[in-house]
Amino acid sequence: MKGSNLGEFEELVLLTIAALVNDAYSVAVCDELEKHTGRATKLGVVHAVLNRLEEKGLVKSHLGDATKARGGKRKRYYEVTHAGKVALTNAKDVRESLWRIIPGFNLEGSL
Amino acid sequence: MKQFVSQNNRSGDQPDLPQPPRWAQRLLCWYCRPDLLEDLQGDLNEYFDRNLETKGARRARLIYCLDVLKFVRPYTIRKPDFLNFFIHWIMIGSYLKTSRRSLVRNKLFSFINIFGLAVSMSVGLLVICLISDFLSYDDFQLKKDRTYRIITSYQNLDQPAVELASTSVKVGRKIRETIAGVEELTILRNGFSGDAHVGEMIVPFDAYWADNSFFKVFSFPLLKGDPATALKEPYSLVLTEKTAKKLFGQADPMGKFIQFDSLNYTVTGVAKDVPKLSHFRFEALVSFATADALLAKKDPNFYSWENVWQNYVYMVLPETSDPESLQRSLDKLNTQENATIKNRTFTVALQPLKEAALGRKLENSIGPTMMPIVIWILGGLAFVIILSACFNYTNLSIARSLRRSREVGIRKIIGAMKSHVLGQFMAESVIIALLALVFSFALFLFLRTQFLALDPHIGDLVSLDLSLRIILYFLVFAMVVGLAAGFLPALFFSRINALQVIKDVSTVKVFHRVSMRKALIVIQYTFSLIFIATTLIGYNQYRSFLSFDLGFSTENILNIRVQGNKGNVLAKELSEISAVRDISQSLMITSLGSMHGTNMKYTDPRDSAMVWLNLVDEHYLPVHNHKLVAGKNFTLRPKKGEESEIIVNEQVLKRFNIAKRDPEKALGKVVTVDGNKLTIVGVLKDFHYGTVEKKIEPVMFRYSSDEPWGYLNVKIASTDLPATMASIENVWRKVDKVHPLDAKFYDDQIEQAYSQFSVMVKVIGFIAFLAICIASLGLFGMVVFTTETRLKEISIRKVLGATEGGLVFLLSKGFLGLLLIASLVALPATYFFFDKVVLTNFAYHQPIGLGELIMGVVIVMFLAFLLIGSQTVKAARNNPAKVLKSE
Repeated sequence: MKGSNLGEFEELVLLTIAALVNDAYSVAVCDELEKHTGRATKLGVVHAVLNRLEEKGLVKSHLGDATKARGGKRKRYYEVTHAGKVALTNAKDVRESLWRIIPGFNLEGSL
Repeated sequence: MKQFVSQNNRSGDQPDLPQPPRWAQRLLCWYCRPDLLEDLQGDLNEYFDRNLETKGARRARLIYCLDVLKFVRPYTIRKPDFLNFFIHWIMIGSYLKTSRRSLVRNKLFSFINIFGLAVSMSVGLLVICLISDFLSYDDFQLKKDRTYRIITSYQNLDQPAVELASTSVKVGRKIRETIAGVEELTILRNGFSGDAHVGEMIVPFDAYWADNSFFKVFSFPLLKGDPATALKEPYSLVLTEKTAKKLFGQADPMGKFIQFDSLNYTVTGVAKDVPKLSHFRFEALVSFATADALLAKKDPNFYSWENVWQNYVYMVLPETSDPESLQRSLDKLNTQENATIKNRTFTVALQPLKEAALGRKLENSIGPTMMPIVIWILGGLAFVIILSACFNYTNLSIARSLRRSREVGIRKIIGAMKSHVLGQFMAESVIIALLALVFSFALFLFLRTQFLALDPHIGDLVSLDLSLRIILYFLVFAMVVGLAAGFLPALFFSRINALQVIKDVSTVKVFHRVSMRKALIVIQYTFSLIFIATTLIGYNQYRSFLSFDLGFSTENILNIRVQGNKGNVLAKELSEISAVRDISQSLMITSLGSMHGTNMKYTDPRDSAMVWLNLVDEHYLPVHNHKLVAGKNFTLRPKKGEESEIIVNEQVLKRFNIAKRDPEKALGKVVTVDGNKLTIVGVLKDFHYGTVEKKIEPVMFRYSSDEPWGYLNVKIASTDLPATMASIENVWRKVDKVHPLDAKFYDDQIEQAYSQFSVMVKVIGFIAFLAICIASLGLFGMVVFTTETRLKEISIRKVLGATEGGLVFLLSKGFLGLLLIASLVALPATYFFFDKVVLTNFAYHQPIGLGELIMGVVIVMFLAFLLIGSQTVKAARNNPAKVLKSE
């Protein structure tokens, strides 16, 4: 078991899985990420991250049913485990606590 | 299996759509962990389909391939399957058993396989031995990697450069004095030769001069004496053990005297005998200080930059040094020294010791040299032969697969996986190869003695001794051969579909591979034909060299080396033998490849050219039947240094344009040779001074009747040759009691001069023989198999009224067609190879006879006919009733 710290991209992937609910498989995650971040997302990277998240126990997966699409290959669906949810909330909490101590934050000053 | 099936029907319902490349799909299956595989395949397929729409089929395929490669990551790679290895290990016993049974059951096929592999591998073993010998040359030199020698390139104005292994003494001294970064340097000189007087005994003796650093550069251990000082003083000698024993017997040679030409030399050391695999071999060494004292006094050119013919410079560089920078210093030295001489240059360069024995051919080489190309050619020939035997194995195994596919089917149903079947058949072929190794080793031992006896030169060059390392190479080699031979059959068997085989053997698609097997047969026969045609052409050319019209007669001439005696005295004694018709004297024997040359000038003092030279007496021209175009033989009988006459050949007139090349008018013209003004008294018809590979070049004959280091040419007309030789031997013993008689017939010497070609023809002939044997065996196996499987068809045809002749034709036409294709490829290839590549190296040669080529085809075809015919006739004569009844 590796540490439960989340990297930035790991967090994004985990959030996407949570957002996609019942339709979270590698290609869908990839597309969704691309849609939201606007960055080109490589399948290989997503795949590796999914694998790592599963190793860390933050997500679990099962194979779906075979369909005619994808050359008859089954999809591997991911869902966020309890540990995954905890990790996400933790990450969110950390951010929010940091946000709270920034005094008078606005965008205008940095523009 | 299942994976493949499902994957190959990727979009089975839409067969028209483009598919991702199959190899990429397979690669993915091969490397990917099974639990990740399906998802990954699906993802890639999804992307592929997407790209298909947006980017077109080609881009989509490319992206698929790249993605497959990109997914090779630590987490996707399949872990090695130890269980599988374990199963292989358990099953070895079973594999051995079934392999043995199948070997015994098919005796003919087993024999063809094992015999073919054994024969071809024996050649392979020989080549391995040869290569290993050449690579281990000079390995006993402790500083082999850091030792270099100086080689020289000598270029005379507008003549091609001559590459020499020798160099000048000056280079050695200059490097020692002016160039830093050389650890040790030694200068050697060849040509110390004389009669050693030890007490009452006189023994001919040859040695090298070597300076005091010799034992620091080379690792020749001294048994007695101090390596640091043994070669320091003038007139000191180091003997090898063998020489010491020859001269002094069991007595201790240290400090003893040996006399040469009234000078006493002291033995200061005894070295261990030189190992055979050394590029430099010596029997004795004389201190270089002796040469300084004796030769340098007589010869003002001894230390000159241009005296590059007899000296060798070797040096050891420090471990950290850079040979490139040393070469740059040498280049500077080159320009500096060559600036002082005119019309010619001597350029020195570094050569690593590694390349001394196995490297390019240099003139004046100090010891044996082998060109790497020869090794490559031998290796290539062995490779072709082995490949041919492997083809047999592949062909016959696949052809016989019908019989063993049931076994494979059962194995698969019991639970063998593809890799198990693959392993089983690979193991079987390795076992067969190892079995063949046993036979081929015996063959190799026989072949080795034959090979060493082929030419005395070969025995001198290599020992071909066995060692543990060599045996290990042999084993590895046999395994590699086994794997190569067994790979295709194993792959074939592993792909067999178990269910189909068990249901009906005939569904195995053996005949899918017919075209491949045909191709293999064609390749085998093409090589066989090339080899045999090469042998025949080579042999014919070789015969034509021996009987070549050299422009003079060599018949019944016995050449006797004078070896320092008085030629006239010897000639007078010999002329009293009744069988001796005539005797002449000459400096050298022409047409054997050795050359003597010096510069000649005509009217223009700046135009000098190298002209080949022989010193002869007045009997030489008549004895050799040389034809004069104009003028006459030498008339004067001058002493040394008083000569005034010269005889030249037509090429000399052409080169200097003497009297507009008119031989009659050229008589009386004066040329300058070595500072002597010589009048042309005769013009010789052109003859071959060099070997027939070389073009005829300018040649001159000068007069000399006293050449103690030359030859007597004795013309003999004898009915009883042994008796004549005995009386010549007697005369020789009267004149010279020290040296044994060295007399050879001119024709034999010519044969010797071309012995390299005879060796080549023999080697290639042998290879051709093997290639044909192996190809015939393979063809025989295939014919037997085909006729056996078609027996029923033949019987039915016979019942329906086919004639025997028609059946034989039906069975053999396929094979004959293959042979025809092979000869159509082989003959033009051989012809062009000889015409455009080989024979262009020979200035004078016979045209290639069509007869030789056709002869080769006829021999091979006849053999093949015999093989095919014997089997097909047997099949056609079968009683159809018997064959058909048995089913």
